[in-house]
Amino acid sequence: MSVKVRVPTPLMKLTNNQSEVTAEGTTISEILNNLESQFAGIKDRICDENGTPRRFINIYLNEEDIRFLDGESTAVKDGDEISIIPAIAGGA
Amino acid sequence: MIDFTDEQIERYSRHIILPEVGGEGQSRLLESKVLLVGVGGLGSPAAFYLAAAGIGNMGIIDFDTVDLSNLQRQIIHNTERIGMLKTESAKKTIAALNPDVNVTVFNEKLCAANIMRLLDGYDYILDGTDNFATRYLINDACVMTGKTNIHGSIFRFEGQVTIFKSDKGPCYRCLYPEPPPPGMVPNCQEGGVLGVLAGVIGNLQVVETLKLILGKEETLIGTLLIYDALKTEFRKLKLKKDPHCPVCGDHPTITELIDHEEFCASPR
Repeated sequence: MSVKVRVPTPLMKLTNNQSEVTAEGTTISEILNNLESQFAGIKDRICDENGTPRRFINIYLNEEDIRFLDGESTAVKDGDEISIIPAIAGGA
Repeated sequence: MIDFTDEQIERYSRHIILPEVGGEGQSRLLESKVLLVGVGGLGSPAAFYLAAAGIGNMGIIDFDTVDLSNLQRQIIHNTERIGMLKTESAKKTIAALNPDVNVTVFNEKLCAANIMRLLDGYDYILDGTDNFATRYLINDACVMTGKTNIHGSIFRFEGQVTIFKSDKGPCYRCLYPEPPPPGMVPNCQEGGVLGVLAGVIGNLQVVETLKLILGKEETLIGTLLIYDALKTEFRKLKLKKDPHCPVCGDHPTITELIDHEEFCASPR
């Protein structure tokens, strides 16, 4: 399965400044591992040592937060869009 | 409905002729109470348009003074006011724009000890702050008092807007239970920000605030709006209330306000 992954500004350093990349996998976990194989170090920024997304980063499958689906086991299909959305605090 | 003066009828005529606002809506705006936390990048355009719209009572919290490097985006201040308290500068600009607005300024740094006093009397809290510590504090206080938190944040070319209203939808901690540890997320001072992005996002916060005051149903409660200025793209993501949320969930573990200062990734 090939999906589009939206990369947030703070992580674009790891994706050669690309805000959209393609990844392969059948679940969110597999997608994250595939991202790591393409862009070393990115998984560590998104997930903690247990492989679950950090508490200040959310992952959306299309419009839905995966925490309210099946978490990292959420199945993905061809053409889905994954968004990685970290908390940002800027305002001044 | 309030009795408009002839001058008010003329000033707000473009609002009053809108069926969605009308005299009644304009009255509501003139009677509303909005608190701006921070009159910087987001707060400057927000204060400007809230004042122009005739928000009758506006509180402004900021402890900082105007700096030359602010003026690339903080349009309510100007070059002559470098060194002036931002609250005083904002008050001056608003007074010159619209005398209908009663402005109350608070030259204080928001913290757990003063937030309940500062929020008191305001219904809508517009978060224009620049650090996680204050954002979590505003969230928790708004959940505890049932106030509406109009949230906006910016980084480089990207912005996020939503409304947190815990009796109708999620709060900030439903989204992100805890602030990131220091250094994990860069701030604007380190990362830079396109000045006008603050205008886009701050004004989207104003649009949502006005809609809430006017009683409009379709707002950003439960929706995160993301704007990517480089791609010229708006996206909407669904936000859900988390039953396990530490502050607004079924069994809250956070029942007192916390100063997250030690986690703050944004040194001033």
